[in-house]
Amino acid sequence: MDTPTSYPEKKLKVIGTSPVRPDGVPKVTGLAQYGADFNLPGMLWGKVLRSPHAHARIRSLNTKNAEALPGVKAVLTAADLPEQKFAYVGPERIAVNYWHMTRNILAREKVLYEGHAIVAVAATSQKIADEALKLIEVEYEVLPHVIDVDAAMASDAPLLFEDMITRGIEPPPAKASNISKRIEYKLGDIDAGFAAADEIVEMSFKTAPVHQGYIEPHACIARTDSDGQSELWVSTQGHFVVRTFVAKLLNMKTGDLRVHAAEIGGAFGGKTVVYLEPLAVALSRKSGHPVKMTMTREEVFKGSGPTSGASMTIKIGVKKDGKIVAADALFKYQAGAFPGSPVMNGCMCGFAPYDIANMRTIGYDVVCNRPKAVAYRAPGSPISAFAVESTLDAVAKKIGMDPLQLRLKNTAKIGTPLIWGPKHTHAGFAETLQALAKHPGYNAPLGKNQGRGMASGYWFNGGGESSATVSINEDGTAVVATGSPDIGGSRASTALMAAEALGIDYDRVRPIIADTNSVGYTQGTGGSRVTYATGKAVINACNKVIAELCARAAKIWKIEVEDVIWEDGHARPAGKKAGAFEPLSLKAIAAQRSATGGPVTASAAVNDGGPAPGFSTQFCDVEVDPETGAVKILRWVAAQDVGRAVHPAYVEGQIHGGVTQGIGWALNEEYIYDKDGHLINAGFLDYRMPVCSDLPMIETLIVEIPNPNHPYGVKGMAEANIVPPMAALANAIHNAVGKRLTDLPMSPPKVLAALSAR
Amino acid sequence: MSELRYEAPKTLEAAVALLAGAQGLTKVLAGGSDLLVQMRAGRIEPALVIDIKGIPEMTTITAENGGFRVGAAVPCMEIVEHKAFAKTWPGLTEAIALIGSIQVKGRASVGGNLCNASPAADSVPALIAAGAMASIAGPKGKREAHVEDIVTGPGKTSLAKGEIVTSFFLAKRPPHAADAYLRFTPRTEMDIAVVGAAVNLTLDAKGVCTDARVSLGAVAATALLVAEAAAALIGSSVDDAALARLEAAASAAAKPIDDKRGTKEYRIKVVGVMARRAATIARDRAKGNP
Amino acid sequence: MAKHHVTTTLNGNPVEFLCETQQTLLDVLRDELHLTGTKEGCASGDCGACSVTVNGRLVCSCLMLGVEAEGKKIETIEGMANGAQLHVLQQKFLEHAALQCGICTPGMLIAAKALLECNPDPSETEVRYWLAGNLCRCTGYNKIVEAVLAAAVEMRRT
Repeated sequence: MDTPTSYPEKKLKVIGTSPVRPDGVPKVTGLAQYGADFNLPGMLWGKVLRSPHAHARIRSLNTKNAEALPGVKAVLTAADLPEQKFAYVGPERIAVNYWHMTRNILAREKVLYEGHAIVAVAATSQKIADEALKLIEVEYEVLPHVIDVDAAMASDAPLLFEDMITRGIEPPPAKASNISKRIEYKLGDIDAGFAAADEIVEMSFKTAPVHQGYIEPHACIARTDSDGQSELWVSTQGHFVVRTFVAKLLNMKTGDLRVHAAEIGGAFGGKTVVYLEPLAVALSRKSGHPVKMTMTREEVFKGSGPTSGASMTIKIGVKKDGKIVAADALFKYQAGAFPGSPVMNGCMCGFAPYDIANMRTIGYDVVCNRPKAVAYRAPGSPISAFAVESTLDAVAKKIGMDPLQLRLKNTAKIGTPLIWGPKHTHAGFAETLQALAKHPGYNAPLGKNQGRGMASGYWFNGGGESSATVSINEDGTAVVATGSPDIGGSRASTALMAAEALGIDYDRVRPIIADTNSVGYTQGTGGSRVTYATGKAVINACNKVIAELCARAAKIWKIEVEDVIWEDGHARPAGKKAGAFEPLSLKAIAAQRSATGGPVTASAAVNDGGPAPGFSTQFCDVEVDPETGAVKILRWVAAQDVGRAVHPAYVEGQIHGGVTQGIGWALNEEYIYDKDGHLINAGFLDYRMPVCSDLPMIETLIVEIPNPNHPYGVKGMAEANIVPPMAALANAIHNAVGKRLTDLPMSPPKVLAALSAR
Repeated sequence: MSELRYEAPKTLEAAVALLAGAQGLTKVLAGGSDLLVQMRAGRIEPALVIDIKGIPEMTTITAENGGFRVGAAVPCMEIVEHKAFAKTWPGLTEAIALIGSIQVKGRASVGGNLCNASPAADSVPALIAAGAMASIAGPKGKREAHVEDIVTGPGKTSLAKGEIVTSFFLAKRPPHAADAYLRFTPRTEMDIAVVGAAVNLTLDAKGVCTDARVSLGAVAATALLVAEAAAALIGSSVDDAALARLEAAASAAAKPIDDKRGTKEYRIKVVGVMARRAATIARDRAKGNP
Repeated sequence: MAKHHVTTTLNGNPVEFLCETQQTLLDVLRDELHLTGTKEGCASGDCGACSVTVNGRLVCSCLMLGVEAEGKKIETIEGMANGAQLHVLQQKFLEHAALQCGICTPGMLIAAKALLECNPDPSETEVRYWLAGNLCRCTGYNKIVEAVLAAAVEMRRT
């Protein structure tokens, strides 16, 4: 039961305010419990033996000495995990293959990257567990490895899977390769489009793999009873997803695994999959003791998912007046050790903001010897946008047009076809461009060695499955239980929406993240779906509660329920009974709970298909040190269509965060490997994420074009903001010094080399 | 499983005796900001750590003959906060202020920064340029050494078994003298120097450079003391021509490697730039120092 | 070898603990004393999530052995509020939405408190450089810096 689709803005009371988050206090006093903060009596410590090689066949594995060490209670190898069927399950864009997944959890035939897990042990202390790892004997046959995506696609490249035949090519190639999949999207006739162009720009780009960089390493604790029922506390974006994966990987009944979402110390896509979780549960089953596992920072970098590095070529044809008539793109993304890069997203998002009659995107998903790529904020889109938005800047320059005006001239509108088939159904892009165009900084003068660059970005945003239960307490307060881990303020946004729907004060609503056995199935917190889709489940549950409260009022007044309406947090007699009784507040009805029919509680579930996409447009000013290649950021302005800013301060915060991650990606972050395929910067010292002193205050321009598919107009807004920064910076550097950087990161040595080049 | 022993001697003699008599790998623990990281990563497994922070002469800054004596285990933040020291040695102070975060500097010491023997240590070029002398205690008694003679290669020092650097002596400054240190890092903070350059110079009343020392970090196996670079300044008014000669001499002296923090080519170029900029700052400071 | 018996003053209270030599102060706080407000982000001094003060000096508890705490005064996030009364910084972090996931927050607060104790009127640049040792991946630091500056204003007033 959906509520009416649009509330006039003036009627909103609490949505659009920025109160203190409901879960705030424990997070400033140190009492909030994150993944590593749980302990259980009799607990063991689990540790993982990882591959020292980038690529090797496991000749033999001997764990006898480790098992014999006093204090070691369980040792787990791939032989303890059931074999899985080779099949891609689920929608192609996010398909999983359990045959791959179980091999990523514990290596079987081969190790495919440095840091690949091989054996897990559980012991009575961390020290004994560490000692046990040293007693495990592994005989490796070291194989040649490949990391760079272009090298991995070469016909003579070492193969990660000797039998992998590229999907998506008809007829299938006869020869195995590292190319897992080819995809192609087409619209119109690109040959005719390019033939009609006055100018054509073609450029190639590379990006480095970057890590999500959450500050909290992966952590969990599991326990199993002798009847086979297990319980798991874990830092994750989706505890239902963890339950599904672990149950499948360990061949458990889903109902036998109860998963609690701990507070989560950052994720950004990186905690949508499992690493330690199946190991902890399996070790607890095998040992009969609770088992706690945490990753070190080095393990996080070497054994958990960065996003893809890529190699790309973009070709854009334009008329002299700025109308783009043809666009062609080739995207080659590293999947890491197992198939599943976000290249499909890259192919879909790259040209999505634009109305271009003739387009083609071709994508390759390529395996190589590094950790399997995992979602990272708008997965796939920032990579393709770096290439597309940089090329657009060159196009603008070539025809002598302001880059913002070029984009305005080619803006997709409602009804413009998307490359993958459907048409745009939401506005919002042009408004972000207009917001920037009006900003006084966009035309402000620049000094020596300074430059300005702008870029745009698109992200789908997600809908999908969510559940919520709303219960009214006897004093008129409300508990809102959802299954969505709160990774950055979603308790606040769901509480605001529930308060708005119920017509009660924000601080009378207490949101909780219920465990898998306490609320209905809910997909992970990802794709900017929670405030939108889980929010809809909450609002629907509130509306059921309101219907019930109206029925209670009718009972109290002894009138027909049809003659009761809900307004402003009160039941009021209406219709022919209008004015017959004093309105009853939610609190007053709740006080009569027992006498009027017992507990007031309602659940709702959605499988939502109506998310609206997000658009972000940003500009930045930089100063380049011509003698060192250092790039200093002087100003950053980010406009984004957010539908409705439910909690404006957290909306701003999401934009600040996305921009900053984009800046890190653009300037310094990268995985650096030695010649043997070892990651040599697996720590925060040399994996250089932005620090506080690297940045100016980031200015946000919140654009609100409501989403008609949500009662309060909400659109997802946590991801589109990371899409533009890389190209915005490349464009600003070009504007400052006349050199085009096409290879991320644009670190000082690369900038200086570009400056020295003729 | 070998057990790790911890000792916290209260006197230098006791520390030296422990060091000299130790079996197995023995490490001196000052701030621990390098040592604990190496231990946690499993790169070293010492049998004994000797915490020297209970030894008074190693943990105090004192005036001596118009100069300063700085205990080798004094935490960097204490030096940075020492107003008289910072005024006399602004370059050395800024080098020390660049060692890690505020948190790291709350523990890390200059003695540790030196004896960890990283080619990229920030304080070392500044100490060398300043002409700092290291006091060393050992089983055979005390000796003095130039700081540039302590580190012999990455992770290696000239200290004999049982020897420990106890303090640094910085002599009284003549008028019109000042130093400066600049390093290049990709981020504004929290990075290891890609290159570092320290310049310490003295001008006469007319502004002519009468003495200079130039030391470069992260461009060779150890911090370099570059006489040619100093010679480029001496006798000049540290004008553009002299600065250009200094830059060229600094780049010529650099013998860096390619690593994850920078390329050879980049380091050679940028160390010259840093040396020139540091010399400019030192010159302007010296002019302001009566 | 027997464990070390260490006597400290922790958040104003006398506290004794036993630890092995290689246990860091962070290990002791979290695993022995169950004060899990101090977080481990890197265990190498590069993220600041484990920030505490020792005798008033801001340090990374991952870079100090537990045994070194003998006789020292240690302050952790758990000691920052005065009972139910939040410290001004804690209150400002909440009001300014200066935390998203919150994992860096205890370390940020401890570092910010140390800053305001030695510099009650810092500039934005001074706040940014002082907090450079505390990584935050969520906020882009905007609201953290704003919260610290707002707390400084309020603390100067009272």
